[in-house]
Formats: sequence, structure tokens, C-alpha cells
Amino acid sequence: MAPIERVSSPGARVRRKLARHPAALLGGAVVLLFVAVAIAAPLLAPFDPVKSNWLAVRRPPSAAFWLGTDELGRDILSRLLWGARASLLAGLVSVAIAVGVGVPLGVLAGYVGGWLDALVGRLTDALLACPFLILAIALAAFLGPSLGNAMIAIGVSATPIFIRLARGQTLQVVAEDHVLGARAIGCPHRRILLVYVLPAITAPILVQATLAIAGAIIAEASLSFLGLGQQPPAPSWGSMLNTARSFMTQAPWMAISPGLAIAVVVLAFNLLGDGLRDALDPREP
Amino acid sequence: MLRAILGRLLVALPTMLLVTLLVFSLQLLLPGDPALALAGEERDPEAIAQIRAQHHLDRPIPVQYLIWLAGLLRGDLGTSLKTGLPVAELIASKLPVTIELAILSMLVAVAVGIPAGVVAAVRKGTAADAAANIVALAGISIPNFWLGIMLILLVSVRWGLLPASGYTSPFEDPLRNLQTMLMPAVVLGTGIAAVMMRHTRSAMLTALRQDYVRTARAGGLPERVVVLRHALRNALLPVVTLGTLELGTLLSGAVLTEQVFTIPGFGKLVVDAVFTRDYPVVQGVVLCAGLGFILMSLLADILYVLLDPRLRT
Repeated sequence: MAPIERVSSPGARVRRKLARHPAALLGGAVVLLFVAVAIAAPLLAPFDPVKSNWLAVRRPPSAAFWLGTDELGRDILSRLLWGARASLLAGLVSVAIAVGVGVPLGVLAGYVGGWLDALVGRLTDALLACPFLILAIALAAFLGPSLGNAMIAIGVSATPIFIRLARGQTLQVVAEDHVLGARAIGCPHRRILLVYVLPAITAPILVQATLAIAGAIIAEASLSFLGLGQQPPAPSWGSMLNTARSFMTQAPWMAISPGLAIAVVVLAFNLLGDGLRDALDPREP
Repeated sequence: MLRAILGRLLVALPTMLLVTLLVFSLQLLLPGDPALALAGEERDPEAIAQIRAQHHLDRPIPVQYLIWLAGLLRGDLGTSLKTGLPVAELIASKLPVTIELAILSMLVAVAVGIPAGVVAAVRKGTAADAAANIVALAGISIPNFWLGIMLILLVSVRWGLLPASGYTSPFEDPLRNLQTMLMPAVVLGTGIAAVMMRHTRSAMLTALRQDYVRTARAGGLPERVVVLRHALRNALLPVVTLGTLELGTLLSGAVLTEQVFTIPGFGKLVVDAVFTRDYPVVQGVVLCAGLGFILMSLLADILYVLLDPRLRT
């Protein structure tokens, strides 16, 4: 008798495939570290991130100030740790807005079809036509500069990608035999959407969301760099870079760590997203 | 072929109309009375009433949109609140600078991204492939404004090789122009080179698996000829189209790059307009960027139809 093949659960399969991607695991570890730092910033920061210290203005890295101080004598390491909160918040909230608005719209457009699909399709095209950052700048300009409004602006700008993805995935799922069967026996639309469509499209949405967080972190840093995100004296990596620009010759250390932090975190989210894409792809062995 | 092009044009028109609606709707986001927001520091009731009448703010919103759209069709994008100049004129004066930056950045992206993608595909699974992938991922992850600041620190502050900021017109002094634009073009081109490398690698891997490549190899053609003349020529088609669609990334990146290097272009115009609350200029820039992107996409579609004989029927 042939041996019975052990069938593993989808979760175990994803974990096994993810374990084959060391880069994705590294990305995941850095993301976890970033989240932990953002949460524990008040405990980890050696100094007050907003309090000026006129006796320690523009000090280079030393034993007392590991990453140096800025033009107001504030410890750069402390500001960097607190700044992680703005980046994490912007990444999570703006992607939550994009997923919360984009996925229902995309699913409805793909499921209902007809005029609704055409209207949502054209709206998506129009939103995608406006360059991401320019649209975010314009929205932040009209709403007023603040971290909250920057998150709304980034969320709205990232929405069309989720609409398009959810619509495309829904069109694929509703054409499958088991969904056609469910429709044929009179299964209510709400049940089809909740039981068949949403679970089937979760994996690609999750991958896109991970990659979108990377984009949102860069976008928040860009808006803060331009003065349209987190407002001083609250710390944010983008606004730290904006200030550093004015002191490049006198205090070059002010510019190095915030940019490095953005690059490392964004790289980590990109690595994790790429790994998740392979791990959640059912065609991959 | 004409039908295919007309079909794409018919899809582009409603999208353009929706972009105009989107851009017009931005002013509805202004908190409170838009006339007060447009008036800025001005608090004289008569002046505010004049602004209200001038911008038709006393009319219903759909009528305001139609009046604005009618102006748009005549090339009237409104008047700058700060300078009093027509927005279209302001944009037209800044656009050539950004176009020059975009062209130079695209040259950098093509010169780096395509050869790197070809090498990565031909040597798939080797150290060269891994290195190209890591560099591409880094290129996508590093914020271009930080890369700009680091280059200024190194090339201008430490080595004193190139100017850190400013702009000279190529008609005034071509050499100085190249000196001021080199670093911004590298900064802006790097991110696009990374995307282009990934697209080229993927398209080349597909092309290298095709029958015509196997036939060319079986016919005894040297590998260089097979890769460059047969595989790359076919792989470049989607890469060229995708490259055209990178215009959005290019414009978004230009805003930050122009800010870092103090280049008086389209991007700097919109950022300055944001801080002076010059809303018509902000709207004008978003509109031009959106319509420009649609036109470029249309051009890419038409190019695709012209280049790929299978799409002509």
C-alpha cells in the first residue's frame, strides 16, 4: 500500500516556504525590531527628544550622545527612536485607509460589474494618473500640514492600487466553479463575498499592503522633509533630514542616521513583501 | 491600427475629465470659507467679496466646476495668488527645467538599468545576479532626497567636485548646466534604474526561454548576438512602455530632488506654492502632471501598437 502523504495546513506551508527565504526572514526580523523600537521609544530614548540643550549644540557623535546632537542640542538617537513612531504610525494608518477604502470598492466593482465597474475603473485611472507624491502634496496642502493629514493624503493616494488589485482578484475568484455553483444554488451575495471572495483575495492584498507600508514610510518622510508632515518640534525622520540640510557643512552627522533608518526599514518591508509574495503564491512549490 | 489607437483615445478622454474633476474638488477640502482661505492675510470684507465674485464662489459647486473647466479649455489655469501671473505661464516657465532633469535622469536610468538587467538575466542564479538584485532593491528603498544630501556631502562638501545647488540654463553655459544637473540626474535616475533593471531582467528571462532564441542558438550564432540582437530586442518592448509609465515616479522624485538641489523647476514651484498657500498654482501643477501622465500613457500605448505587429489587427 502506498504511504499516505501528509497534507500540511496552509499556514504551515507558508511558514515552510518563508523559511526558505533568508532575506525575507531578515526583513521580518528588522520590521519586528522597528515595531518594538517604536513602541518602546519612551523607555529606550536616553534623552527628551524635544527639549533643547544649549550647552550641547551640534555635538558630533560621542559616548554621551551616540549619534551626536542637532542645532538645538537635542540628542539625535532619542529623536530617531521617537521618530520611528511617526513612521510606523504613518505606514500603518495610511495603508489601513487605502485597504479600507480600496478593497471594498474593488471587490464591489469586480463582483457587480456593469456601470459600477466602469465608474470605479475610470476613477482609479484618474487617481493613478496623478503622481503619488504630487497628489499627496496637494492633498496635504489643502487639508493643512500635519501628520494626521499627511496620513490621509498618503492613504488616498495609495487607494487606487488596492482597488485595482481587489477588482482583478475578485474577477478571477467569481469565475471559479465553486463560486459559480454557490451562485447557482441561490447563495446570497453577501455570503459569497464574505465566505468565498474575501478569504481568496486576502493573500495578495496582504503582500501589497506590506509593500505599500514601505511606500507609505517613504512618502511620510518625503512630506515631512518638505514640511507637510510631522510638525516641529515633534520628531520625524523626514523633518530631521530637512533640518540637517541647512547644517551640512557644520554638522554632517545630523543627515546620516535618519536617512539610514528610513532606508533600512523600507528595505526590510520590501524584503518581507517579496518573500511573502513567493510564500503565499500557490503556484510556487 | 487606427481603430486600436482611437479605442485607447476614447478611454483616455473620460479619465482626463475625471482628473479635472479631482483637481477641482481639491478646493472643496479647504477648511471653512474658501474665499477667506484664498484671501490669505486680507481681511477687508470688500476684498473678500471681490475674491468670492472673481472665483465664482457664490455660485453652486457644479456651476463653479463648469466655469473652471471652460477656462481650462481656453488654456486658462487661473491666476497665481502670490505673483498675480497666469498659472499656465508660471508652469510653462518652470517646465523646461524639469523636462531637462527628467531626460537626463532617464538617460542615467537606461544606461544603468538595462545593462544591469541583461547581465542579471543572462547570469541568473550567479553572484552577479544576486548583486544586481540587491543593488536594485537598495535603489528602490533609499529615499532619493537622502541620497541627494549624501552626494552633496561627499561630492560637493568634501571633494568640491560639483556645485551643491543652483541652476544655469544650458543656453547660457552648457558646461555649467551639466555640472549643476549631473548629481540631481544621478539621484533621480537611480530609483528608476532599479525599477528598469527588474523589468529588463524579468523580460529577458522570458525572452531567453522562447523558441526563436533556442533556434538562434541551435543555428550556431554567438551568444552575444543571441542575447543582444534576438532576446534583448524583443525584451525591450515592454521595458520601453514601462519606462514611459515611470513618468509619475519621475515627477514625484523631481519635486524632492529640485528641493534638495534648489533647482527652480516644476517641483519647486508646487512646494513653494504650498507654503505661500497659492492654491491655483498647486491645482495647476497637479492637473498638468495628471494630464501629462495620461498623454504619456496614451503615447506608450500607441508606440506599443506601432512596434508590435500582433496588435495592429
